[in-house]
Amino acid sequence: MDEIQRLSDLEQGTSAVIASIPSGDTSMTRLRELGLLPGTTIKIIRRAPLGDPIEISVRGSLISLRANEAKQIEMRPAELP
Amino acid sequence: MKDALPPEASATGCSAGSISYFALVGNPNCGKTTLFNALTGLKQKVGNYPGVTVEKKEGECFLNHGEKIRILDLPGSYSLHARSPDESVLRDVLLGRRKDTPRPQGVVIVLDATNLERHLYLATQIMELQLPCILVLNMMDMVRDRQTSVDTTLLAEAFGGIPVIPMSASRREGLVELKHAMAQHAPKIPTSGVSLEDNLQESLEKSWEKLRKTKILQGEKNLLEPLYLLSDRDPLHGGLSDHQYNAIQAERQSLNASHPGWEDQLVASRYDLIHQIVQRTVQRHEEEGVSLSDRLDQYLLHPIWGWAVLLGILGLLFTLIFKVADGPMGWIETFFEWAALQVASNMSEGDLRALMTDGVIAGVGGVVVFLPQILILFFFIGFMEDTGYMARVAFMMDRLMSRVGLNGKSFLPLLSSHACAVPGVMATRTIDDPKDRLITILVSPLAGCSARLPVYLLMIATLVPTEDIPWMTQVGFLLGMYALGIGGAFFFAWLFNRSLLKGEGAPMILELPAYKWPAWTAILWHMWERTRLFLRRAGTVILTISILLWAAVTYPKSGDADPAIAMEKSLAGKIGHWMEPAIEPMGFDWKIGIGLVASFAAREVFVSTMSIIYSVEDSEDIKPLRNRLRSEKRPDGTPVYTPRVCLSLMVFYVFAMQCLSTVAVVKRETNGWKWPLFQFAYMTLTASVASLLVYQVGGWLGFA
Repeated sequence: MDEIQRLSDLEQGTSAVIASIPSGDTSMTRLRELGLLPGTTIKIIRRAPLGDPIEISVRGSLISLRANEAKQIEMRPAELP
Repeated sequence: MKDALPPEASATGCSAGSISYFALVGNPNCGKTTLFNALTGLKQKVGNYPGVTVEKKEGECFLNHGEKIRILDLPGSYSLHARSPDESVLRDVLLGRRKDTPRPQGVVIVLDATNLERHLYLATQIMELQLPCILVLNMMDMVRDRQTSVDTTLLAEAFGGIPVIPMSASRREGLVELKHAMAQHAPKIPTSGVSLEDNLQESLEKSWEKLRKTKILQGEKNLLEPLYLLSDRDPLHGGLSDHQYNAIQAERQSLNASHPGWEDQLVASRYDLIHQIVQRTVQRHEEEGVSLSDRLDQYLLHPIWGWAVLLGILGLLFTLIFKVADGPMGWIETFFEWAALQVASNMSEGDLRALMTDGVIAGVGGVVVFLPQILILFFFIGFMEDTGYMARVAFMMDRLMSRVGLNGKSFLPLLSSHACAVPGVMATRTIDDPKDRLITILVSPLAGCSARLPVYLLMIATLVPTEDIPWMTQVGFLLGMYALGIGGAFFFAWLFNRSLLKGEGAPMILELPAYKWPAWTAILWHMWERTRLFLRRAGTVILTISILLWAAVTYPKSGDADPAIAMEKSLAGKIGHWMEPAIEPMGFDWKIGIGLVASFAAREVFVSTMSIIYSVEDSEDIKPLRNRLRSEKRPDGTPVYTPRVCLSLMVFYVFAMQCLSTVAVVKRETNGWKWPLFQFAYMTLTASVASLLVYQVGGWLGFA
C-alpha cells in the first residue's frame, strides 16, 4: 500500500512519513522549523477531547496543530522495519 | 543596579579576554529560567524591553573565583526567523539591533538533552552569529534515566570545539563546570557547518545594499541580518517605520521570486546536518518506552477524565479564591480600618485628616483588599505554567475558543478574569500571537469579577420582594449576570476579530512539554514579581484617582452636618444632577449618578457610596440599606428602585469598565493609552446601551 493520506485523516496511534508539506507559507515554515520535513516520521498521539487540534510526536517532542493545517500535509505509510 | 553594570559590549564578538556579559538562549521549556535562577540567585532585575511587551530579565552572577558578570535571560524562542514579538527581541538583541540593550559578548545556549534534534535547530542559527558560545546540555538526569548517552566530545567537535557542559539545572549539577567555562579566556566562536548557497548569498548581498539605505540595518556588514529581517513574521514588526517595512517586503518578494522556497530549503539543510550530528553523538541503549508524561496525558487529556480533572482544578481554584481568600481579605480590611482610626485619633479634625482617612487609606485599601485573590491566581497560573499543564488546558480548550477567533491560550486569562481582571490581563503574556493577545485583553474585563458581586448582591436583595432571598433565586440572578458577561466577552472577541483587527491570524501551533515537578521557589518569586509590578503600576494611578474622587465628593463644602446633603452639594452631587437627563432613560436618578461617578475607580465603591447618600450607617449587613432603597420614592411618589431599575443597574455593571486597576494594567500591557481608552469607551457605551434596552424594553413590556 502506498496511498497518500492527509495528516488530518490519520487514526490515533498511527505512524507515518511526511510525503509533502506546502512550501512558502508562514505557518508551514514554522512547522518545518519544528521538524516536520518531507521524509520525517511522525506519530499521531491523540485528538483533543473536542476533536481538534491534533497532538503529534515529531523528533522527540509533542506538537499540537489544528486540522486546518494538518489537512495540508500529505503522508505516506511508514516503512516497516 | 544598572549603573553598576559593565560598560557596553562592543558590537563585534570579542574573542580576546574573558567575557563579562552573557546572554542565555534556548527554546521554550528547555529549563533556561531554572538555570538563570540558579546562576543569579534572586539578584535579578525584571522589566520590559521599551516599546514592546516582552519581559526583560537581567541578573548578576559570581563565577567560581568571584568574578562578577552580567547575564541577560532572552525570551524562549524556536527560531531567529521571528514569528512573535518575543522572537523579534531575541533576534534584535543578538544582532545588536536594539539601542536599549547592548549586544551580548557571549551566548550560553541551553538545550533539552532529551530532545537534542529539535533544540539544536535554534542553536545552529545562534552559532552563526560570530559570538562565542557555550552549549549547555540540560536535563541530563533524564537522559541517564532513559538509558541514553550523549558523546559531548564529539558534539563539541562538530561545532568547532566550543565548550559543551552536561547539566541538570534543577539539581544544580554542572553549575560549577558551566561557571568555569564562562570564565575562560579567549572563548571560542563556533561553526555551525550550515552554509548559504552561493546564489542566495549574492541575492542577500543585494538586499543588504538596498536595506542599508533605509537605515534598518545596524552595525557591521552581516548577511544574516537581512536574512532574518526578510523572514520576519512578527505581525507587529516593532520598531520599524512603514517605509522600512515596505522595503523589507519588496526585498522579500524579489527573493521569493528568484529563490522560491529559500526559507524552507534552509530549514531542510539545517535539519540534515543536525540529524547527522545526532546520529553520531547520541546512543540509545533501549527502545523508548512510555514516559510518565504519556501516562499522565492518558488521563489528563482523556475525553472524560480530562474534563473531570480540569473542572476539579478550576473548582479548587475558585473555592480558594472565594473561601480561603476571605480570611486575609477580612484582615486587610480590618488593618485599613485600624489605620484610618489611628490617623483619625492622631490628627486634628480637618480636610487633611479626611483626605488621609477617606481618600488615601480608603482608596488604596479598596484595591489592596483584592490582593489575596490576585496572589492566589498568580500562584495557580504560575503552577500550571511551570508543571506543563497550562499547554494541556490550551490544547483542550482550543476548539471552543476558535469559534470566536481566539485560541486555546486565551482560556485561562478569560477564566482568571472571573475573579479579577488584573491577573487575567497580565496572564495574556503567554499568548504569542499579538492579535489574539490584544483581543483577549480587550474582552477580559467583561468577565464577572468579584468586585461586581457586592453591587449584584445589593441589587438582587432590593429587587426580590421577600425579606430573605431564596438561595436559588440569588444564584439564578448571579448566574444570569455571569452568563451575560461571558456572552459579551465572546461576542466582542468575535466582533473584534472580524472588524477591528483583521489580517492574517497565526495558526495555533503549540508544544506540549513534558510534565515536570514544580519549582516552588521560582513560582513564588514570579508571583511576587507580578504582584509588585501591579502594585507599583496601579498604585500611583489609584492613589491619584482616589484623591480626586474623594475631592469630588467633598468639595465644594456646604458646611452641612448631614453627610448626605454635603454629598449632594459636592462636585459629585452636581455631576449626578447634571448627568440625570442622560441616565434617566436607563431608569437612574441623580443619586445613582453619584454612585456611578464614585465607583468609577472600583465597582464595589457603589455600595458604600449609596450608604452615605441614603445615610445608612451599618455597612456589615446590606438589609438596612436595602430597606432604605426599597422605600426611596421619586418626586411623583413612585418607587425609584423598581425591579426594572435594579436589573438595568446590574446590566450596566456587567458591561461597564469601572475599574481603574484594570485600566492601569491594560495600559502597561498594551504599551500606551490607545487600547485602554478604546476599551473604556466601548465598554461604557455597551453598558449604557444595554441598560437603556433593559429599562425601555422592560417598560414597553409593561414591567414596573
